[in-house]
Amino acid sequence: MALKKMKGTLERVLDKNMQDLVRGIRNHKDNEAKYVAECIDEIKQELRQDNIAVKANAVSKLAYLQMLGYDISWAAFNIIEVMSSTKFTFKRIGYLAASQCFNENTDVLMLTTNMIRKDLSSQNIYDAGVALNGLSCFITPDLARDLANDLMTLMTSTRPYLRKKAVLIMYKVFLKFPEALRPAFPRLKEKLEDADPGVQSAAVNVICELARKNPKNYLSLAPLFFKLMTSSSNNWVLIKIIKLFSALTPLEPRLGKKLIEPLTNLIHSTSAMSLLYECINTVIAGIPNHSASIQLCVQKLRILIEDSDQNLKYLGLLAMSKILQTHPKSVQAHKDLVLQCLDDKDESIRLRALDLLYGMVSKKNLMEIVKKLMIHMDKAEGTYYRDELLAKIVEISSQSNYHFVTNFEWYVSVLVELTRMEGTRHGRLIASQMLDVAIRVEAIRPFAVLQMAILLENSHLLANNSQRNGICEVLYAAAWICGEFAEHLKEPKSTLEAMLKPKITALPGHIQSVYVQNIIKLYCKIQKSAEENEDKELMKEMGQLLTDKLPMFIQSADLEVQERACCMLQLVKYVMKYQQKGGDVAEDLVELFEGELNPVAPKAQKKVPVPEGLDLDEWLNEPPSESSDDDITKMGTNIFLPAGADDYKTSFYDQNDKKARSEPSEEELTKIREARKVEQMHNPHYLKGDTKPNKKGDRSLSVTDIPVSNIDLSVPLHVPGIVSSDKYLKMAQSAEKGKKKKSKDKKKKKKKKGQEQESEDDEDIKPSHEVRTVVDMPEGAELSDKDEKDENDPYSHLDVNLDAPLRDEERLPVRTHRIVPDTPTKENSPSPSVGKKREKHKNESKEKKKKRDKDDRKEKRKEKKKKKAVSMLEEEPNLLKEDHEQIEGENVERVDETTNAGASQSLDTSKEVKTVNGTEKEKKADDLDFWLSGSDAANTPSPTKTSTEPPTAEDKPKKVKKPKTEVVLSSEEEAKEEKPSKKKKKEKSSKKDLKEKKEKKRKHKSKGDYEEAEGITTPSKEHIPASQLDTPVNAPPMSSYKLLAENSYLKLTYETRVTPQRKEQVVVSVVFHNQTDHQIKDLEFNVLDSINTKLNRGIGLSSHEAVKVPFILPPNIMNEGQFAFSFQSISQPSKLKGTLTYIVKTDDGSTHEKLDFRINFPCSTYIIATPCNGPDFASLLSSGELSEKGTAKCTPFQPEFSTNLLRICFYNHFKVVERVDNSASLYSRSIQGHHICLLVKQVDQVLSIDGKSTDSSLLSNVLDEIKVTLTEAT
Amino acid sequence: MIKAILVFNNHGKPRLTRFYQYYAEDVQQQIVRETFHLVSKRDDNVCNFLEGGTLIGGSDYKLIYRHYATLYFVFCVDSSESELGILDLIQVFVETLDKCFENVCELDLIFHVDKVHHILSELVMGGMVLETNMSEILTRVEEQNKLEKSENYNLVLLPSGKGEKIQSMVSGMHQISSYFRF
Repeated sequence: MALKKMKGTLERVLDKNMQDLVRGIRNHKDNEAKYVAECIDEIKQELRQDNIAVKANAVSKLAYLQMLGYDISWAAFNIIEVMSSTKFTFKRIGYLAASQCFNENTDVLMLTTNMIRKDLSSQNIYDAGVALNGLSCFITPDLARDLANDLMTLMTSTRPYLRKKAVLIMYKVFLKFPEALRPAFPRLKEKLEDADPGVQSAAVNVICELARKNPKNYLSLAPLFFKLMTSSSNNWVLIKIIKLFSALTPLEPRLGKKLIEPLTNLIHSTSAMSLLYECINTVIAGIPNHSASIQLCVQKLRILIEDSDQNLKYLGLLAMSKILQTHPKSVQAHKDLVLQCLDDKDESIRLRALDLLYGMVSKKNLMEIVKKLMIHMDKAEGTYYRDELLAKIVEISSQSNYHFVTNFEWYVSVLVELTRMEGTRHGRLIASQMLDVAIRVEAIRPFAVLQMAILLENSHLLANNSQRNGICEVLYAAAWICGEFAEHLKEPKSTLEAMLKPKITALPGHIQSVYVQNIIKLYCKIQKSAEENEDKELMKEMGQLLTDKLPMFIQSADLEVQERACCMLQLVKYVMKYQQKGGDVAEDLVELFEGELNPVAPKAQKKVPVPEGLDLDEWLNEPPSESSDDDITKMGTNIFLPAGADDYKTSFYDQNDKKARSEPSEEELTKIREARKVEQMHNPHYLKGDTKPNKKGDRSLSVTDIPVSNIDLSVPLHVPGIVSSDKYLKMAQSAEKGKKKKSKDKKKKKKKKGQEQESEDDEDIKPSHEVRTVVDMPEGAELSDKDEKDENDPYSHLDVNLDAPLRDEERLPVRTHRIVPDTPTKENSPSPSVGKKREKHKNESKEKKKKRDKDDRKEKRKEKKKKKAVSMLEEEPNLLKEDHEQIEGENVERVDETTNAGASQSLDTSKEVKTVNGTEKEKKADDLDFWLSGSDAANTPSPTKTSTEPPTAEDKPKKVKKPKTEVVLSSEEEAKEEKPSKKKKKEKSSKKDLKEKKEKKRKHKSKGDYEEAEGITTPSKEHIPASQLDTPVNAPPMSSYKLLAENSYLKLTYETRVTPQRKEQVVVSVVFHNQTDHQIKDLEFNVLDSINTKLNRGIGLSSHEAVKVPFILPPNIMNEGQFAFSFQSISQPSKLKGTLTYIVKTDDGSTHEKLDFRINFPCSTYIIATPCNGPDFASLLSSGELSEKGTAKCTPFQPEFSTNLLRICFYNHFKVVERVDNSASLYSRSIQGHHICLLVKQVDQVLSIDGKSTDSSLLSNVLDEIKVTLTEAT
Repeated sequence: MIKAILVFNNHGKPRLTRFYQYYAEDVQQQIVRETFHLVSKRDDNVCNFLEGGTLIGGSDYKLIYRHYATLYFVFCVDSSESELGILDLIQVFVETLDKCFENVCELDLIFHVDKVHHILSELVMGGMVLETNMSEILTRVEEQNKLEKSENYNLVLLPSGKGEKIQSMVSGMHQISSYFRF
């Protein structure tokens, strides 16, 4: 063994290490490939050896070769071997190589799951560190799913180094395994307030990345981020948060208002340029309406642009272009600066300046700016920048329907000039501009056609460049314009000849096809005019020309060209033949191309609605039953008649029947069809066709009958909003133009300009230059550019509601939410499998917990298999589960759970819901509203406030404004300030509580009745809810269940329960009764906490989140859920508003419903009927301890004293100490130990109560409540 | 998110490539070449941002780079990163390298690319900025080095020879401006 080791070491010395490899490659510059091939052979040898050090060395060399571009995926398995080494050195090498070359398709990755899991839980933080690092690079959906839990655990590691990495990697997990997002989110949110700045920064980072893609889901975090922003001094964190806000503010304008102050403060105060820049960006994105801030930003940006640092200049321009979109005026003031930047030596900066030009142009300076750009274009080297310039010229000229183009002749000539640019990729762009202008600006057609004719004549210049999208594309436009508007041609004959030059065949196919088509158009026009002039010679000549030249297109390799050419040639031949006979065909010929063409809106085709009655999946013909082939073909030809297909068919058969009655199959067929139609009529999912009787007219239904109509969108060229400013502009313009009347490139323009200005003074745009905005769109379709969500976008899966509580099926594959409470009992609880591991590291209680957690989980899983009923509960993230377990740990043997507790218990528990979370959505929105509305008032008063002030200042105005909300508000604030640890403690204690409740509940329940039960309450022994007092058998039925809320779907009743062991907790047991015949699911319970009373939510749920009710309600079924509330003072009654949201599943789908309720906590809630014997009672009264007194009188609606007494005992939780005739003494005790003694007397119909207690307000409230109990019929 | 981190010299030879999104090796090489082509033709006194890489990124992505002596450090990032922040991150990276290698130069990167990777992994993880505090990064790197040494005491120590020192990178830094100073 020692020898072997020795040998290994020796070998290693002899092996080439990475440095040697690098040196070798450097020394073999000429034949690197050969040398590397040798090295790879060596490496393969090394990999075959057992010595891990040798392997690691080989792998590290591979990693280097990978960088040089060599594929090393063949060594994936060896890399994994090295990764699994126990030595950190080798492990790190392995993970590095893995992170370089593994990807989702690396199949050996599935072997790594357990190894990575082991590394993640390693004692050595650097083992876990490299594992996290590597995992972040090669994580797959499988790994993400399997390791999500372990990573979640690491998020709570005691080591900030690991926490930080675990938090970051969660983002990758979410991307690969979106289901993890919701369960992990609460913990992620917690990390935003982590003590370690690195962890905090990582959490901010992850949430910002998430929010960037789906900002709306993170709006509720705004207050938290706001707090972080005003308190953090870490510029990295600040930048991320500020960037996040720029994504959130567009969704919530009030947020922007709230941000103005801190952001402007930062802008003024920060010396970090990066921060300044991001602040400006957020102001631009979030508060574009706050002109003062925008002004400030523009000022600051000007400073940046003027800076000698090119980076700042660049960013300044970038931000400026964003302002441009909202505040063009502010930016236009800095036109000089922008134009100056156009001359910058730095191309990036020039490009950014170009972006800004978009907003700089006006009618007045468009020509000037375009001129300047064209000069730049001549000078520019590098096609990229030139192309950008070209695109920019087109963009600024064509923007908002050529708004700034006052002279289209100028624009057309600019376009023609642009065609002279060599090597551009924007040929198609220019072509589409030409077409667009020619089609939409009628007045320009004569001029455009002449220009195009010139282009066609010089086509040889353009046709040289036949690359895709090259400038030859312009010929496409030229040919079409000349053909379509041939009437404007001066010399159609020469144009026609130009179009038939042999060189044309070198052009791309689609251009040739347009040529062929338009040659014929021209031909027709020429024939027509020749016929009018009776110029038989010309007619013949033209025919001859075409029959000579068209065959060259017939030889084209492009099918389209060929086909069209053939058709056209035949047509020409036919025409010639006809003409020889002396017939006039020109009229008919021209008709071939009659009619105006409108531009078709983009996506118009996509938006053609499916006509009513058309079922694209329906068989036009029943294929098997078809007996005659004839029929099939007939039907087949009609396959593209989509409108009213049914109608059409029947009418078709009506006709057909006359001819083809003889065929019996036809009748059968119609019968079958009729039958199907009847069926369809009764099928709600079938889109019905028009079933009116068939008319002969229907026969004509065809594509053209699809309800497609032109939407008349013709809008005059001016935008209504800015008429006035335009007018001023124009007045100035015309005044100026009067002085310097010069044109840019064309002589003609000179005379035109004068006229134009005049007309523009009267109207916005001269009618001859009207740009038509009519586009063809199907009826009912909108001209929006909205596209459907991209299904392939990985981020779309992360668009989930994070505020909604978790559903069962959403849990991570292995349970992770559970945090075992630190109670000592738990520490000792028997969990057999834990033992050894735990002892190993006694010092780290956290570690311990983790482990045990895991073990518990394992057990859980086993149990799950056994009992499905329980499994649902166990999956539940709320406290229920813990309670459940604790009970077992303490009272019942563990075995119980799986064996004798059996089905009944599990059923039981599944019924009980202890949702100590809270339904939230609404509340969350409310909180945000509060926070935001506070800002409205807060930001106005003092702009000098420092940035740390707002959070405290914000609620002042609120308090003034709505005193009613004060309570809610402060509680909310408290919740905010509450330290996480404190929160946890609370939750834990409440859990303990619940456990007791639960136990009680179970026992109680097993009696199969939760209404009334006999029992004696003693603090030490098992306790039965106070409501279940002994009631004589003959008493009228009483129920402590009160109606909570009811609608047509659900009925909620509730009862409150307290236990003397828990002095600050009330459990509300809510019975959910499904009153429908549908299943109700996804119930979420939430209340708006008050300062005194709060809903105990589960771990990881903030104080606003909803608690999920962990069961589904089948039709007409009741089930009970329990919610624990903690309170501080018991001397005042309280009321909580709440909401239950749920989904009703009906046949047609499911609807989301909401039910508001109000839970009352009268003071009686907090008192427990405690038995007290006579002597004790007397001594208590005489002790002087009960210093507070109170009386009440009322007239009960029930005449009998005994009934009233029962009612008091039942509803207000008292015990009779002694009763003499119509008087009785009663005793009760609050859970916080206040005694209450009552003396009740009834004289005639009047009942008087004298009370003594230790707390006056409690007493008076209880007395009031007794009065209500007695006087109000329930 | 950072999509890729590339370090190459004035001749386009890759010295470190780190892709946070998978590309096949040949595509990676193409990206390096293309990036080099874009970056190398730029003067030193122009801005450090660059759009237009077609292979990597797209419209949302930018190349942010710094040029030190013989090396280009290029980060390809999307719009969720602050441009100036990344520039400073490059600075932090290079300064950390300088501390770790004592006067870092290209040769250090050539012969110890694995170490450079390990240092980088303390700054950036999975395309997200992990740590920007240099002293924290150095502590972590040193601790790991110690761990490595303790494991390898019986092995032949790697030769630490730098051989010919060409030009210390940091001495060649022409602009150590920080946009982050606070």
